[in-house]
Amino acid sequence: MIEVRDLKKSFGPVPVLQGVTFTVQKGEAVVIIGASGGGKSILLKHLIGLITPDQGEVCIDGRSMAGLNERQLLQIRRKFGMLFQGAALFDSLNVEQNIGFILDREQNHPPGEIAQRVAEVLELVGLAGIGKKWPAELSGGMRKRVGLARAIIYHPEILLYDEPTTGLDPIAADAIDQLIARVGDTFKITSIAVTHDMRSARRIGRRILMLHQGRIYADEPPDDMFKSSDPVIHRFVNGIYEPGEQFSL
Amino acid sequence: MTTLAKQFVNEWFCGLGRGALLCRDIFSSLCKVKPVWHDILDEMYFIGVKSQSVVAITGAFTGMVLCAQTYFQFHKVKMDTATLAVVSVGMGSELGPVLTSLMVAGRVGAAIAAELGTMRVTEQIDALRTLAAHPIDYLIVPRFLATMLVMPLLTALSVCVGILAAYIVGVFLLGINSTGLWYNMLRHTNMIDISCGLIKTFIFGAIIAVVACYKGLNCAEGAEGVGRATTEAVVYSSIAILISNFFLTMLLNALLPTL
Repeated sequence: MIEVRDLKKSFGPVPVLQGVTFTVQKGEAVVIIGASGGGKSILLKHLIGLITPDQGEVCIDGRSMAGLNERQLLQIRRKFGMLFQGAALFDSLNVEQNIGFILDREQNHPPGEIAQRVAEVLELVGLAGIGKKWPAELSGGMRKRVGLARAIIYHPEILLYDEPTTGLDPIAADAIDQLIARVGDTFKITSIAVTHDMRSARRIGRRILMLHQGRIYADEPPDDMFKSSDPVIHRFVNGIYEPGEQFSL
Repeated sequence: MTTLAKQFVNEWFCGLGRGALLCRDIFSSLCKVKPVWHDILDEMYFIGVKSQSVVAITGAFTGMVLCAQTYFQFHKVKMDTATLAVVSVGMGSELGPVLTSLMVAGRVGAAIAAELGTMRVTEQIDALRTLAAHPIDYLIVPRFLATMLVMPLLTALSVCVGILAAYIVGVFLLGINSTGLWYNMLRHTNMIDISCGLIKTFIFGAIIAVVACYKGLNCAEGAEGVGRATTEAVVYSSIAILISNFFLTMLLNALLPTL
């Protein structure tokens, strides 16, 4: 279970998170939506301890991450897998080495096991046989799939997705959404995705949190969110711009 | 103006503090985590083997010009055969270590800062952390150890090539007696001169690695940030080498009085 309590974060004089509080139960599929530049990715990075909050705390399975040093955080991060917005594949390693990176570093796997598990996850993400390719040779959608394969190879309990469909054409975005749903069902993983793609949010989320002005403004199932009469939610989910409105916080 | 000055001083001290924390993390990693020799050897190949040509050319032409200039002065007082001794001592204790370090700072320091900076702005370092790999263990320590280990070897190469090139210039171009050249060189060059130079290069290697890694890990966003980090890595490590060279020379002179 993930508990976020009164999380606050500023960068210089600019407050980004102003008291975010929510809980995610084991096995839930949660999507966090909100305006570009509204702090969604910053919030996601707090969940995995990549950013330290100014105030508040994140607890994973009852254990607070506050005050832990980087080496202690590494232990907690073993529960997580994360798909980055740009996939963040290591340029100097090929696809096979990227996906098998964490198993290779553990140095306790018998020869052949890593290659077998890499082949399995590549098959799962629909990219069998591209293990020897380099990240620079892959398209945006393929990079995201490889990033996802790298995140699930060690069977994490929680998967975080940072803008999983940004920059993809609608077909590729749909393929990624289906893949995310399939991975969640296959591994019974708790998943948290941040996105401003409402179609994607509806497809992969069972619960949607809306981040607005640095706080959780709404916490509802997708259907309720799309039917909401609240003006802020209605404008966001339907993409209605009003003259004079600021694009980001 | 006062605000700008305060901001500059503040940033400078913050940078110094972050650099000190990086050094602490490196030494902590060296004590707690077993180094992966495969990674270190890869870095040694990139930093050492691929820098050989640059270092050898630098050493050769420095030795040749030092030989020529020394000969032009010594010839006036009939001390031609002492030329190679000056080259040997000069190259071994000062010119070899400093010029080699400056060349490595330019080639390797820039490459390290650019690579780490690019990894930072493309979230690859964050990805490492999510994969439960400590960036200090995986990225910094191998570069730090590799740079420290190859610097004395590269310096030795530079000094040897410099002396050989000076010998060739002295004997075949300037017509100095070869036996006298060798005799005086061996007579006046102490092992302590060479040792002093090689000891300094360990420190210079550490400076290059720490400055370049620091600049790469803390670079600003975007291509401009990576470019600035690369430039600053070379400039700051070169300045740090020149400044520390003076203090190291004085320190080693005090510790090894026969210098």
